[in-house]
Amino acid sequence: MALLEIENLGIGFGGLQAVAGFNFSLNQGELVGLIGPNGAGKTTVFNIVTGVYRPTAGDVRLEGKSIAGMKPFRVNRLGIARTFQNIRLFGGLSVLDNVLIGFNQSVAHGFLGTVVRSRRQQLEERMHEQEAIDLLRTFDLLGRLDDPARTLAYGPQRRLEIARALATRPKILMLDEPAAGMNPQEKMELMELIGAVRRKFHVGIWLIEHDMKLVMSICERITVLDHGETIAAGTPQQVQDNPKVIEAYLGKAEV
Amino acid sequence: MEAQQAPTATMLHRNQVPAWIMNVALVIVIAVLWPISVAFDKYLDSYVLDVLIRIGVAIILAVSLNLINGITGQFSLGHAGFMALGAYTGGVLLKHYQNQIPGELLPATFIGVTILGGVVASAAGLIVGIPTLRLSGDYLAIATLGFGEIIAVVLNQIDSIGKFEVGGSAGLHNIPHITNFFWTYAWVVICVVVIARLVYSAKGKPFFAVREDEIAAAAMGIDTTYYKVAAFVIGAFFAGVAGVLSATLSGNLDPGDFNFVKSIVIVVMVVLGGSGSITGSVLAAILLTYLPEQLRAFEDWRLVIYALLLIVMMLVRPEGLLGNRELWWTRKRLAFPEE
Repeated sequence: MALLEIENLGIGFGGLQAVAGFNFSLNQGELVGLIGPNGAGKTTVFNIVTGVYRPTAGDVRLEGKSIAGMKPFRVNRLGIARTFQNIRLFGGLSVLDNVLIGFNQSVAHGFLGTVVRSRRQQLEERMHEQEAIDLLRTFDLLGRLDDPARTLAYGPQRRLEIARALATRPKILMLDEPAAGMNPQEKMELMELIGAVRRKFHVGIWLIEHDMKLVMSICERITVLDHGETIAAGTPQQVQDNPKVIEAYLGKAEV
Repeated sequence: MEAQQAPTATMLHRNQVPAWIMNVALVIVIAVLWPISVAFDKYLDSYVLDVLIRIGVAIILAVSLNLINGITGQFSLGHAGFMALGAYTGGVLLKHYQNQIPGELLPATFIGVTILGGVVASAAGLIVGIPTLRLSGDYLAIATLGFGEIIAVVLNQIDSIGKFEVGGSAGLHNIPHITNFFWTYAWVVICVVVIARLVYSAKGKPFFAVREDEIAAAAMGIDTTYYKVAAFVIGAFFAGVAGVLSATLSGNLDPGDFNFVKSIVIVVMVVLGGSGSITGSVLAAILLTYLPEQLRAFEDWRLVIYALLLIVMMLVRPEGLLGNRELWWTRKRLAFPEE
């Protein structure tokens, strides 16, 4: 049994079948890519898995338990964390607070303990701050601890979003175009970072990416979507050589 | 420079006063309010004292609304409704039983009634909070405005409940005067400390997260519904407390005092102080209660000047007096090495 299993997943919006017959599995520690042209349904798949949409067909199982149609906060608590294509940080809050909020579900004390500043509350706050600082060190954001998240440059914002997602202690990390808008140098660093995250946090990583070079170089397996259908799945080499993939990306060769 | 020392959590907290000392200090502060209150009753001009107490009530209202509007970002125009529920709960009960309460039990009874007023308002906050969760922005504002108006209209229509006199449109009068400087400012301290400690903590940070981005908050495992309802329940509780205090200050209640104009006055305090800033709300509540009194010298022009000041303020500083910041910011971080 894989950590995450997706079986025959489908969703339609009115007359539009956005995703159909999508199958997928992800194990702990794996790094798998999801690619496809614009409008192929990649983000839609992510949104179904994280509970934003309810699928109209098929099932999503985490550790054998169905999570299809569950509310997003419950999905996250079960161990799936994500980032967003159009970065969604808590812009007005500090870099440190963004990560600390990620730890919210590990808070064991209640409102009363908070108000009287109980010993347990003090202890937990310190523990979480220490963890947050460790995380931010990994993501090279320590120097900006107290700055509002929206004042960060694009690259650091992407990194902060990944750090925040990791703070929820996920088993699976889903990254929606983490390298979008980055320059080649930043992309290189991001690739290394994603590799390091996988080793350090033992998470399964599933990422959507447009940059083929990035996907091909770091992913072990790749799924290719086009018009909501899976047109190819396999190792980077298999996918690269698949004529359907070439067609989807470059169009049909006119001979 | 090599081998820079990495920051640790202990460094973050190095110059923070231990929690228990703060708690003891707070109890002492509240206790000290008592002799001050006695002295004020004796020596202070009754008009000045009245303004001081009304400032205290305004602080409670503004800070509690800030939790809902500024910190959690749920624009509510129903705060006067919550206040009215507390005010009438306290007013009706204290008027009915005023001759049956033995003098030595009056403080304890008053504490009980004040908390009860808060709980009644809280219950309304829960009832209003749940259906309005599907709404946001302008729609939520209108729904909460409707709630506040319903409370005012209903109170206007009820002359009595069983043997309890409510007063209807004539209002409720001759409520015992119990509120003094001590009761008001003890609640001010409790309200400010509770809300500030709540939101500036691990457990309370999600309130801000809901305001900043609900979708991202949910993706981080935050039950946004829970936090929105919690904001309404806690905010309404303190509005109810403020209601009881104001009812036993003047001794008179008029349903008209709790219409949407009152709600808007509180919203103005929150916006002027800086949405999300607790100390900002405190400052604005002081300013906007004190200023109209000072402007009495200008008679007819009073409200015009008041309104002009608000306009100028919003033009010059649209983010409010303090914006998102707080006055106290005690936690001074040691300089971090740039890496």
